[in-house]
Formats: sequence, structure tokens, C-alpha cells
Amino acid sequence: MGRKILFVTTDQQRYDTLGCNGGTLARTPVVDALAAQGIRYERAVPQSVVCMPSRSTMLTGQHPSTHGVWMNGVPLPVDAPSVAARLHDHGYRTALVGKAHFEPFMDPFGRFTENRLSGSGSPTADNPWADGRIGPHRGFDHLEFATHGAAGMLHYARWLQQHHPEAIGMFYRTIDAAFNVNAEGGGASGAPQVHDNPIPRDWYHTDWVADRTIAWLDSLAVEDDWFCWMSFPDPHHPWDPPASELHRVDPAEVPLPAGYPSDRAERERLLDAKPRHWRQWYDGDLVANYEAPKEWVPATLTDAQVREVNARNAVECELIDEALGRVLQAVAARGWTDDVDVIFTTDHGELQGDFGLLFKGPYHVDGLMRLPLVWRPAPSAAATPAVVTHPVGLVDLAPTFCEIAGIEPASWMEGQALPADDGDAATRGFERVLTEWDSELFGVAVHLRTITRDGWVCTAYQPGYVHDGTEGELYDLADDPLQRVNRWGDPAVAGIQRDLLADLWDHQPAMRSPRPDVEAPV
Amino acid sequence: MASVRRSLRIARPAEEVWARIGDPADLPSWFPGIVDAQVDGSTRVITTGIGIPMPEEILTNDALARRFQYRLTAPIVASHLGTIDVFDLGDGTSLVAYATDATPDPVALIIGGACGNALHELRRQLEAPAPAAAPNGGEA
Repeated sequence: MGRKILFVTTDQQRYDTLGCNGGTLARTPVVDALAAQGIRYERAVPQSVVCMPSRSTMLTGQHPSTHGVWMNGVPLPVDAPSVAARLHDHGYRTALVGKAHFEPFMDPFGRFTENRLSGSGSPTADNPWADGRIGPHRGFDHLEFATHGAAGMLHYARWLQQHHPEAIGMFYRTIDAAFNVNAEGGGASGAPQVHDNPIPRDWYHTDWVADRTIAWLDSLAVEDDWFCWMSFPDPHHPWDPPASELHRVDPAEVPLPAGYPSDRAERERLLDAKPRHWRQWYDGDLVANYEAPKEWVPATLTDAQVREVNARNAVECELIDEALGRVLQAVAARGWTDDVDVIFTTDHGELQGDFGLLFKGPYHVDGLMRLPLVWRPAPSAAATPAVVTHPVGLVDLAPTFCEIAGIEPASWMEGQALPADDGDAATRGFERVLTEWDSELFGVAVHLRTITRDGWVCTAYQPGYVHDGTEGELYDLADDPLQRVNRWGDPAVAGIQRDLLADLWDHQPAMRSPRPDVEAPV
Repeated sequence: MASVRRSLRIARPAEEVWARIGDPADLPSWFPGIVDAQVDGSTRVITTGIGIPMPEEILTNDALARRFQYRLTAPIVASHLGTIDVFDLGDGTSLVAYATDATPDPVALIIGGACGNALHELRRQLEAPAPAAAPNGGEA
């Protein structure tokens, strides 16, 4: 028997939403305890700040250019490698419960396997996949999918349709009549994607994901080795947690985030010091990517809206923490605790008011780029608790799973197993993390390449719709933790900029050829 | 309105490629996600892989220009025009362009993405090696 792996992801969660990272709004005692027992990473960086590329990086251990999912809407190629498959081939039972999103959701043709699976049910000996096998798909024996509400064809939506059809209309309608991300506001403040959801808590997708994870774990033999990716759709917008839980965080008591300048003139001065697409989005003049509601103008954001979004986000984070606690209790009940590694992270962050913005986009700053990452090694491994300050990436997760399982990382993996402490990180060369952004939406192209190294974040803009290839951003993370002062082009740091750019281009992965097409908006 | 165009080169003669595209009832054989197509004059009703029927009006089926155009009339679109052109590259190969113009904009990407995928499937089928003939004249 080897070590078992519980891989817990959330969607679009900021670093500062956890108590162990200094967060004060949401109570997250379960993750905080894991961090105290294990390793907490202070500079975990995604390789993309949107879902599909980032999740594909987790699965493949590759940068977006390599696996090919360069933006939402690009399906992960069917021949892409999978760490789940590698674990499966070494005897692990493998499951993914919750949000996958390696393939587009918008699929009226039913072309993508993820969208078709709920119709064929969960495979068992009596009910195998349509082709007669009992898994795996992308290396998983067992798949049960959910996303941010009741729409679509995924398992959670079908479960609601079957057991609680009255709940279908309770969620926020994430897509509007024109198939754009909905800008409609709700709650007390009218903030976009905020909605009062009367759904009972135990019907909500956070608890469903935990329930289905426990059910899968209960189906295993006690001696099985297993890898379970439990993937919560929250706290990604819409911010529509069960209304019964809203009492947990009173928006009126929520302090305005440090990254949100409440003075409009200051906000706009900060935006004007950045490459021009920042201000253009703020003013409603340019929407560079599908993920931002097309009809919402960030300049209309109010203090009350920022407070309400942050309050509801905190409620969702608390529900996730409690759901994880239930799963860990189930693990303990099976007698597995000593042999289970738990890794908790997310795919990317959320602006959540920073610079007067919400959601995400081509903005490589901490709101989107600094992620929560906690690794609690199996207690039987007797690891020493630590805090790692060196930069690490989600690209390092796949080799970490291999190391836990006692197998060699595959040659196609581009990261290395996460360091146990800063000394280990220094010895093994954890110096830099790379992040990519490529969007091409109806003639608007934005291309960013970013390096995080030596306490700096440096982003080079490639030629596109609004950039000529000379623009960039350079932030000193120590002196400017809110990334308010763009040092790009500052003669005082010209050598640093030059060195970072040289390193960025030296380590840039080549784009998969031919480059896969965008096949849907998301 | 948004416009999405996908194109690729197929290593088969234009008339061979057109023979597939110009047959409106043959669509399910090369368009992943379309499982049925019923043609009645200038009307075609397709059925998607999740069982959604979508009526279409065939506007152009020109074997000389090798152009096929149609309009989705399903409620998913406010307006739509699909255009497939087959160009003879003069070397025994073809360029196929599949354009989708639609309102609302995101729907153009949903449909256009599926059309691009369909072109890849069409190329895969047309460029697949023919089954080798068995010595007795049957298929191997």
C-alpha cells in the first residue's frame, strides 16, 4: 500500500481568502490546520489565469503552449498526456469529482466527452462506458462533473433535474439571452453576478461535490491506493451561495480590500499607468476576453458592490472549507489519514475589486496570479511543516503527485515536484515561474508573457489589437505588494528588466503545432 | 454580427471534396455532433448529438463555383449564414473554407468551432488510405 492523494481545487480563489494566508473575512480552519501541519506556499503562480488552460496544466504538468489549450474554448487535445493516467497505470484508483473543464461547456452539438458523460452515467461493472470499458477517460476511472449552477448536461445538473427540479431556476443565470456572460446585478448592491439563491445548502454544488467524493471513497477497498481530484466550482462567480448562509458575513462589516482604491481619481490614475487595455476595459471601451461580462462597465463599480462581492465570496470559501472537513472525516473513518497527502489549491485568482475591477482577464497581477497552495504530506511521511517563499507553479503539481506515489515523473512533465522548504527549493532551482495569456476574440488579440522571479513580476506584451509589442509591466513585489507602480521602462531598474526579459524568452515553451483552434467561447 | 472562418488544405482533388460537401444529406457522415440530416428541397433539418433539431434553409448549392450556403433558422440564432467554399489548388489538392456569420456573436464561435472541427474530420476521412485490395478481388 502506498500513499493516497486527495487533490482539492477550487475555482478562481484569491490567496488572501484563507486564514493561513492572512485572510480575515472567511473562516477556513480546515485548510489552515492542513497548512500548519504541512507546507504553505507563499508564491504559487498559475501558468494561465483562466480555467481551461490552467486546469489542463494541472492534469498534464505542461505549460499552455505545450498542451495546446491556449485559452478557454480550446479543448484539451484527446492525445494530451495525463498524470491521472500515469497514476492509473501504476495501480491507483483515480477519480475526478466536480469541475473538470478540459473541454468547452458550450456544446449544443454534444461533441465533447465531458458533456456527454452524464448521459451515460458513472461507469460500473454493470454500466460501463459506451465503448464497454470501465474507464478511464483522461486517466480517471470515475468522473462526476459539476459546474457553477444547474445549466448544462453535467452530472450535478442532471442530479438536480432528477431529484430537485424546483431548484433548477434558483441559480443565477450565468449566460444572458445573447450568450454573453451575464452582467445582470443582484443582491442589495446590484453587483454583477450577485444573486440571492434560495437553494437549500445540501442541494448546492459545494456539498454535492463533497457528498459524491465521499461516496466514491466509500466504494474503494481499504487497501486501494487512490488519487481523488475533488474540484469545487466555487468561489468563481456567480456569487450565489445558499441564501441561508449569507448571515455568515455581513457586507456592511466588510472592509474595502487593500487593492481597491475607493477614490475614483486614484483608481483611474493607477490604471492609466498600466498598458492601455486596463483603462479601456474599465471604461467599457474594450472587452478582450469572453470571461468578462460584455455589458458590464467596471467604472460603475461601487464600494457597496465590492463589499457584497467579497462577502459572498467569503461565504463560499467557508462552505468549501466545511465540505473539505467532512471529506477528511470520511477519510479518517476509513483509517486512511496517516497515508493521505492533501493538496489544496485553485486554478487562478479573482480581481475582486483590485484596481476597481472584477472577474479576470489579461491582467497579470497578484489578484489573479498569487494562489493559495497548501500541501499536507501524509503524516506517515513525517514531513516537517514549512513555509516556502520561492516561486512555484501549478505546472509542478503533476510531478508532485508522481513523487507522492513513488513513481518517476514522466518525461513530458515540465515542472518538478514541489519543494519541501526553501532550502529544498534553492537546491533544486525553483527560480522562475512562467505565465501565458493569449486571447483572440472577434478580432481583438492580446498576448502576454510573464515571468515571476527574484521578487519581481515582469510581463511583456506582444503585438496585438491594442499593443505594439513595446509595452510591459514590471513590479517589485516586496516594495509594491499591490502592484501599483509600473517600473517598466524605469531607467533605475533597466538592468533588472533586461535580465528578466532575457530569462523569460530563454525559457519560453514553444507553441504546440499546429495550434489548436478555439471551438467555443468557454 | 460576428464572423468566424476556418480553413484547411485537403490532399484530394476539388471535385472529390465537393462531392461530399455538395450532398446536403451526407453532412452527418463528416460533421461530428450532427447525427441526422433530413433534406426536403431547399430545407434541411439537422439533429445535433444531444437531440436538438435545427431547421436550415439551403441558399446555394453551386457545383460550378463549388460553394454551399445555408441559413440556420433555429431560435438559437437571430441571424446566420454558413458558407463552404472548395478551391482547386491546381496540384490535386484543395483548400476548403467554412465561414460562419451569426448573431449573437458567441453563437458564431460555437457554430464556427464545430465547423472547424468538421473540416478536420472531413480531411481525415478523405485522406485516409483506401483499403488494400485482397488477392481475390475482395477487400482485405
